[in-house]
Amino acid sequence: MTPFFFIILAGFAVFCAISLVSQTHPIASALSLVGVMGALAVLYLQLGAEFIAAAQMIVYAGAIMVLFVFVIMLLNAGAEQEARRVSRLARFTGMLLMAVFLGIISLTIQAQFPKMGGVTFGAWVGGTAQEIGVLLFTTYLLPFEVTSVLILIALVGAIVLARKEI
Amino acid sequence: MNLWLIPAFPLLGFLLNGLFGRRFSKPLINLIAVGSVMLSFLWVLKTLNGLYPIEQPHLEHYFTWIQSGSLNISVDFGVDRLTAVFLLIVTGVGLLIHTYAMGYMEHEGGYYRFFAYLNLFMFFMLTLVLAHNYLLLFVGWEGVGLCSYLLIGFYFLEKFATDAGNKAFIVNRIGDFGFSLGAFLIFKQFGSLDFTQVFEGANKMPVENSFGLMTGICLLLLLGATGKSAQIPLYVWLPDAMAGPTPVSALIHAATMVTAGVYMVARSSALFLHAPIAMDTVAVIGLATAFLAATIGLTQFDIKKVFAYSTVSQLGYMFLGCGVGAFSAGIFHVMTHAFFKALLFLGAGAVIHGLSGEQDLRKMGGLAKYMPITCATLAAASLAIAGVPFLSGAASKDLILEAAYQHAPWMYWVAVFTAGLTAFYVWRAWFMAFTGEYRGKKQDEHADAGHGHGGHGHGQPHESPFVMTGPLIALALLSLGGGFLSVTKWLEPMFALHEEAVPFMIRLMPAVMAFGGIFLAFVFYYLKPGLADSFAGAFGGLYRLVFDKYRIDEFYNAVVVEPVIQGSRTVLWKGVDAGGIDGAVNGLGRLSRGTGSILRLMQSGSIRAYAAWVVFGSVLVILAIGVAGGLR
Amino acid sequence: MPALPFPDSVPLSWYLILSAVLFCLGIAGFVYRRNVITVFMSIELMLNAVNLTFITFSYKLKHIDGHIFAFFVMVVAAAEAAVGLAIILTVFKNRHTLLIDEVNTLKW
Repeated sequence: MTPFFFIILAGFAVFCAISLVSQTHPIASALSLVGVMGALAVLYLQLGAEFIAAAQMIVYAGAIMVLFVFVIMLLNAGAEQEARRVSRLARFTGMLLMAVFLGIISLTIQAQFPKMGGVTFGAWVGGTAQEIGVLLFTTYLLPFEVTSVLILIALVGAIVLARKEI
Repeated sequence: MNLWLIPAFPLLGFLLNGLFGRRFSKPLINLIAVGSVMLSFLWVLKTLNGLYPIEQPHLEHYFTWIQSGSLNISVDFGVDRLTAVFLLIVTGVGLLIHTYAMGYMEHEGGYYRFFAYLNLFMFFMLTLVLAHNYLLLFVGWEGVGLCSYLLIGFYFLEKFATDAGNKAFIVNRIGDFGFSLGAFLIFKQFGSLDFTQVFEGANKMPVENSFGLMTGICLLLLLGATGKSAQIPLYVWLPDAMAGPTPVSALIHAATMVTAGVYMVARSSALFLHAPIAMDTVAVIGLATAFLAATIGLTQFDIKKVFAYSTVSQLGYMFLGCGVGAFSAGIFHVMTHAFFKALLFLGAGAVIHGLSGEQDLRKMGGLAKYMPITCATLAAASLAIAGVPFLSGAASKDLILEAAYQHAPWMYWVAVFTAGLTAFYVWRAWFMAFTGEYRGKKQDEHADAGHGHGGHGHGQPHESPFVMTGPLIALALLSLGGGFLSVTKWLEPMFALHEEAVPFMIRLMPAVMAFGGIFLAFVFYYLKPGLADSFAGAFGGLYRLVFDKYRIDEFYNAVVVEPVIQGSRTVLWKGVDAGGIDGAVNGLGRLSRGTGSILRLMQSGSIRAYAAWVVFGSVLVILAIGVAGGLR
Repeated sequence: MPALPFPDSVPLSWYLILSAVLFCLGIAGFVYRRNVITVFMSIELMLNAVNLTFITFSYKLKHIDGHIFAFFVMVVAAAEAAVGLAIILTVFKNRHTLLIDEVNTLKW
C-alpha cells in the first residue's frame, strides 16, 4: 500500500510544482503551492512524522499560504505578460534538458543510497508531539527561545514596513 | 666635586632664555646669559682649586646611558690636566665674549635667541671637554656643530647666511662621518669607548710602522678633526662662517669649537703615538693648511675674512705641533691663540660696530684717532700673533717650530716662512684700518653696507662702549702676558716634551721673520700705500688665483656638490622617489581602482542575475564538497 | 524501476529523489520567473523540499532531531515570509511594479 500512495502523492507533488513554476497568474501558483504542501504533509505522515505533518498543514498551508494569497489579492497582481518571446523550440529543448537533468539527479541518488532500507507506514511512530515537546524543552531549549525572539523581530519588522508613510 | 654643574649652568641659561626669553627684558636676558657663564667659570675655578695639582684624573660617573650587548656607555665626566686647560679657556674667554656680546648685539633683533644659542654652545663645548668616553665627546662634538649652524645662520633672513650655515654643517658632517668610523673601529679593537680603557689597551699595542688598524683609526679621527678644525680638505666652511655675528666668530670659530679637533687629537695621543704614519699625516696637513691659508689671507679685503684665514692657518700650526709629537706645545698654542684671536675678532667687531657695519679694509683707515682703545688692543693682538718675542704667540709658536725642526727640518722652514706671512698680513690689516686717511663714508650717509650688523646710523666712526672695550683690554693683557703661563710644564706628566738643543740661528729665525713681516707691512701699507697694488698688478694671474682662494670652493662645487645635486635630482628624486615609491603607491591605487572598476560590472542591479549567481555559487560549493570527499 | 526489496515499503532513496526534484523545480522558478511573488513562492517550495529530506533521514536514523530541525525551518520560513511580503508591499508602493526586472537601480 505504501508504495502505491507514495507514487500518487509524489506525482501530485511534482505536478503541482511544475504548475507553480509555469503558471502565469500568481493565484494559480499559490494554489499549486498549497497542493504541494498538502502532498508533502501526507508524505510526512507516511514517514511517521505526525506532529510535523500537522504543523505543515496548519502553519504552512494554513497561515503562510493564506498570507500569500492575501498579499496577491491586495496587490491586485494580474497575470504575467509574456514579455519575452521564447521560441517553441527553445521551450521544448529547455524542458527536455530539465527532464534529463532530473533524471541524472535521480540516478545519482539512487547510486549513492541504494540499500537504505524501506519505508512502511507505521513502521516508526517516533514523531509524536510528546517526544518533540520533550526535546524542544530540554536539549533544544535555547534555539526555541531564540526562535521566539526571531518571531518578535519579524513581527515588529512587518508592522514597521507596512506602515503608510514609508 | 659636582663636575656636572659646569655645563649645567649654561644649559639652564639656554632653557630659560630659549623658552621664556621672548618676554624677558634685555637686562634680564643679559643677567641669565652672562650670569650662567660666570657661575660656570667660578665653579671651574673652585673645582680646579679643589683638585690642584691633579696628579690623577678625577672621574665622576653619573649614570649608564647605553647598555647593549657588550657595548656599555656611561655618562662620565673626567678632569685631568688637559681638561683643566680647556675648561679655563672655554669658560674664561667665553665669559669675556659673552660680556662683549651684550654691547655688540644691543641693536639686533632676536636678542634672546642669540644668547640662548650661545649658552647652548657653552653647554655642548663643556660636555665635549669634560667627556670621558668617545661617544659623549661626540655628543658635544655634534652639539657644537649644531650651535655653530644656528649661530652662523643667525641672520636667517639673509640667504648667504643660511647658505653659510648649511655649508658649515654639511662639511662638518663629512668629518663626523670619519669620526664615527674611527669610533666604530676603536670599539671593535678595544671593546670599549671609555678613554681609560682605550688608552690602556692602546699602550699595550706595539707601534705600528706600516699601515694597519691603528693608523686607520687615527686617520679617520683625523678626518673628523679636519672637519671640525677647518683643515685641508674640509676648511672651506670657516671663511663663509663669518656671515654670523662677530662674537660668534670670536667664540666659536676662533677660541673654542675649532679647537675641538686639536683637543680630540691631543686626547687620543695614546693612539696617535702608536701610528707614526698618521702623525706624519697630521703634521703635513697642518703645515699645508697653515701655508695655504696664510697666502690667501694676504689678499683678502674683508677684515673678518683675513682673520678667518688666519684662524685656519693658526689651527694648522696646532696640528703641526701635535703631528710632530709636541702635543703640549699644540695645546699651549690653543690657549694663546684663544687669547689673541678672540681679541682680533672682537676688535674687528668693535671696528665694524664703530663704522656701523663696514667690513671692507679699503674703506677704513685712520681709525686710530677715533677708537684709541680698539687700536691699542688690536696692536697688542697683532704683535702677539706675529710672534714678537716674549709675547704669548711667540712662546707657543716657537715651541712648535723647534719641535718641527727636530722632527724634519723642511717642515720648520715652511712653517717659519708662514710665520713671516702671518706677521705680514695681520699688520697689513692693522695698518690699513688704523693708519692713513679715513677712506670710508662720512657722517651724512647712513651706512647699511656690510654683512648683517645693522647700522644705527651714527655716521661718524666712534669708540665702543665699555662693555665691549673691557673684554678687549682683558684679552690684550692675556695676549701680552700669556706667554709666561707655563702650560707645557703643567701638561708635562701627560705629554712629554723632548727639549733638545737647537742651533741658535734656528731659535732666532721666528723673531727675525716676525719683525721682517711687520716691517714689510709697514712699508707697503704705511710708507708707500700704492706699492701693494702695483705689486698685485705685476703678479696679475697669480694674484687673482690667490685672491679667489685658489678656486677651491669652485672646485668642490664642480666635483662634489653639483654631481650630488644632479644625482639626487635625477636619480633619487625623479627616479626613486617620484618614479619608484610614488609609482608603487600610486600604482597600487590604480590597480585597486582598475580591479574595482572591472568587478563593479557585476553589480548590474538585476535581481535575477544575482539569483543566478547565488545558484551558480552554491552548485560550485556543493561540487567542491563532493570532490573533497564529502563532509565526513 | 528497480525491484522493490520489500513489497510493502518504499525505498528511502525515492523520498530523496522526490526532494531533489522539488528542490530543482524551486530553483528553476526562482531564476526563471519575473513576478516577485512567484519567486518568493519558489523559495518556499525549496524550503519544503529540504524539510522532506530532513524527515526522511530522521526516519532512517530513528532520531527525532530531524523533526526538530524541520520545525525550526518552518518557523523561520514563516517569519521570512511575513517580513518578505511586507518588503514586497513597500516596494510595490514605491515602484508600482511587481516585476523584479524593473527594480534595478542599485547598480554601478
